[in-house]
Amino acid sequence: MTALTQSVPARNERRYQFSWADAGPFLALAALLALGFLVNPDFLSATNLSNVITRSAYVAIIAVGATFVISSGGLDLSVGSMVAFIAGITIMFMNMMAPSLGLWAIPAGMAIAVVTGLLCGLANGVIVTVGKIEPFIATLGTMGIFRALITYMTNGGTIPIDRSLREAYRPVYFGTLGGIPIPILISAIVAVLGAFVLYKTKYGRKCAAVGANEDVARYSGISVIKTRTVAYVIQGVCVAVAAICYVPRLGAATPTTGQLWELQVITAVVIGGTALRGGKGRIWGTIAGAVILELIANLMVLSDFVSEYLVAAVQGVIIIIAMLVQRFSK
Amino acid sequence: MSIAARIDTDRFAAPGDALPVAPVLRAEGVSKQYGTVTVLSDVTLDILPGEIHAVIGENGAGKSTFMRLLSGYIEPTQGALSMAGQRVRFTRPDQAQAAGIALVHQEILLAEALTVTDNLFLGRELTKGGMVDDARMRRLAAAKLAELGCEVPATALVHDISLADRQMVQIARALLDEHRVVIFDEPTAVLTGGEIERLLAIIFELKARGIAVLYISHRLDEVQRLADKVTVLRDGKMVGTYPGHTLSQIDMARLMVGRELAALYPQKQATRTNQPMLSVLNAMVPGFVRDVSFSAHKGEILGFAGMIGAGRTELFEGILGLRPGTATVELNGAPIRIRSQREALDAGIAYLTEDRKGKGLLLQERLGPNLTLSALASFHPGLVVKRAREAEALGQAVSTYDIRLKSLGARAGQLSGGNQQKLLLAKVLLTDPSVVIIDEPTRGIDIANKAQIYGFIQDLVRQGKACIVISSEMQELVGICDRIIVMREGRISGEVSGETMTESQIALLATSERAHVAQGGMK
Repeated sequence: MTALTQSVPARNERRYQFSWADAGPFLALAALLALGFLVNPDFLSATNLSNVITRSAYVAIIAVGATFVISSGGLDLSVGSMVAFIAGITIMFMNMMAPSLGLWAIPAGMAIAVVTGLLCGLANGVIVTVGKIEPFIATLGTMGIFRALITYMTNGGTIPIDRSLREAYRPVYFGTLGGIPIPILISAIVAVLGAFVLYKTKYGRKCAAVGANEDVARYSGISVIKTRTVAYVIQGVCVAVAAICYVPRLGAATPTTGQLWELQVITAVVIGGTALRGGKGRIWGTIAGAVILELIANLMVLSDFVSEYLVAAVQGVIIIIAMLVQRFSK
Repeated sequence: MSIAARIDTDRFAAPGDALPVAPVLRAEGVSKQYGTVTVLSDVTLDILPGEIHAVIGENGAGKSTFMRLLSGYIEPTQGALSMAGQRVRFTRPDQAQAAGIALVHQEILLAEALTVTDNLFLGRELTKGGMVDDARMRRLAAAKLAELGCEVPATALVHDISLADRQMVQIARALLDEHRVVIFDEPTAVLTGGEIERLLAIIFELKARGIAVLYISHRLDEVQRLADKVTVLRDGKMVGTYPGHTLSQIDMARLMVGRELAALYPQKQATRTNQPMLSVLNAMVPGFVRDVSFSAHKGEILGFAGMIGAGRTELFEGILGLRPGTATVELNGAPIRIRSQREALDAGIAYLTEDRKGKGLLLQERLGPNLTLSALASFHPGLVVKRAREAEALGQAVSTYDIRLKSLGARAGQLSGGNQQKLLLAKVLLTDPSVVIIDEPTRGIDIANKAQIYGFIQDLVRQGKACIVISSEMQELVGICDRIIVMREGRISGEVSGETMTESQIALLATSERAHVAQGGMK
């Protein structure tokens, strides 16, 4: 700390730094796959794995958006209800348009889904940033609102998609392209886009800066309000994409659609290595996290060790372990 | 000059005593190492009852480490402590407290949401029949506060009281129990004139009651008034212990720095022009600043002096849209509107915060992203961040500003204070500003880095920029500025330049009501 300190020639070590904390989720994923194979060799079959990953696709897609919100220092509890709400709006719109537009009602409905998601995200973002309300409380409020709206729209029952559209829409969930299920492709595209935005663009930098230290961001001339709001909008769009993939699976929206997904989403983000206090986002870790959650559920179904009724408990244990790893690897 | 009159710590006896008074606390050859870094080495010190012993030294000299060591927050790597001749070993602060050593922290460590009374008794609440005895605690707290001359009600929330009052509450907390040794770590940093006097009176009273006081400060005037003995630390080593009243402030400064002070500041350059660059008219910041007008000229280093709480930082944060405030701002004669830091930077006005760690740098982040954070838009045109360009700019900044680091992959938090400050300077200069405002440019920075930073500031004005330096170190302002504006209680109380630019004149303007009236402020 004195003038006598020698100037050390600076070396560029950045590219080759290995961090256990960053590699953690992928190592856990590999360990889980190995364990699964030992328990039941069918576990590693292409069919089973592709099923598992397909099922994890919605949570993965939403969790990519949540990675933005959380790394910018926010939180969004409303995503599960938002899926249901957007699915409801989308199906109602498609059904309404089916007589006049025919099959074109499907892409039109998808566009409406994206616009709705964008607006829902914007609402969350503005309440949190301009309204200066704790993200937990603000999105707890909108969570209730979205859930009530879908219940109201369905009148407590279900909104099924019009018979004339069902067949044409089915492939979005059940179809494959080059042997790969479409939901997997979509979540891969969302993840690549998310990673690009978070790691390569100026917006990604701002997002991490705002999450790491709001004051530093502000004193550096970054608009905290704009940056956080955009993160919620990205989240809304991701939820819309997930809803678009989800609708053909059941062919309907119900008041219980997407229930408790917010917990799975946050779990996926956190076990993926994103810091819940903000500042550090890990898109690929998030994807690994989403797959891990679904793998555990699958493993418990395929094996007889633990009752599948305990899936949520195991997932709960995992999120706590992930937080402990984050804490002690600091 | 009496530096030769060094006290032999082993045989020192209070004057007039036939027998040496036993030290109430003695540190013998204590050292502290973190890994291979030695922050304190072989310090020996006796504290006698009823004696005020000052420990002085530059930032980073090891004063705080030494205090933490005496009060049980850290353990010495070598050496030992003894109290009244008995060996003691503290592994936790409460053990030192139980032994009668109280530490008044430099930082305010109070629970803001609790009342003053709650804070005074935090962790040692009085009880009656198993229940917390609020009435008694309130009574005792009120009595203690009154004794210290603090007028804050014992039932007030800490959240609602001023910084100076919080410091008094903290002192009250430390003095609540009878202690044998009270350690004050830079207690006057947040206090203003009258409060400082009150604190000094309290310390003299402790002395009269036979309590040993260890006083850490870099305010040499206070040290001179208070100290019976002065121990000087430099770079973690002990320079010596001297009788307080024989040392002048200049002597103390010389001992602390270990070289002549003049060399610290670069030769002043005649780069100042008469061309106003940044003009501010009627700046108002609610609660902090009233009606401040000034202008900074091209090629000028303009200083802003004043006590803590005079509103200097708030003035500039208000002007630059970082906190609510109003001002008419002209840049090079053209009126501009600044509503956010972004607009200020775009206009060419850069502000380096005094809070390097909290508001300046992302400590967990690598250096490159930190460097370009203020200049994202201009440095990375288009959507994508240009990593290669960033690495190149970082390499350049590292050599231009002599930033010492272990690897380019380091995090900002791993740099020393001085190197962080240089990185912060490089960061705001990347926005290519024409006016650079630097708040506390050398707070918490060692001497070598200080001298370098002064050099960089001078380079800025040589390039035809205007530079405003806000500092609480008057000596620093006198050393580098062409002109100094002094603020007091949210207003400009005067301006000094040329012959009148002396520390005593600034101090007078910063503290005295009369000086303000005599000068009539600035038009």
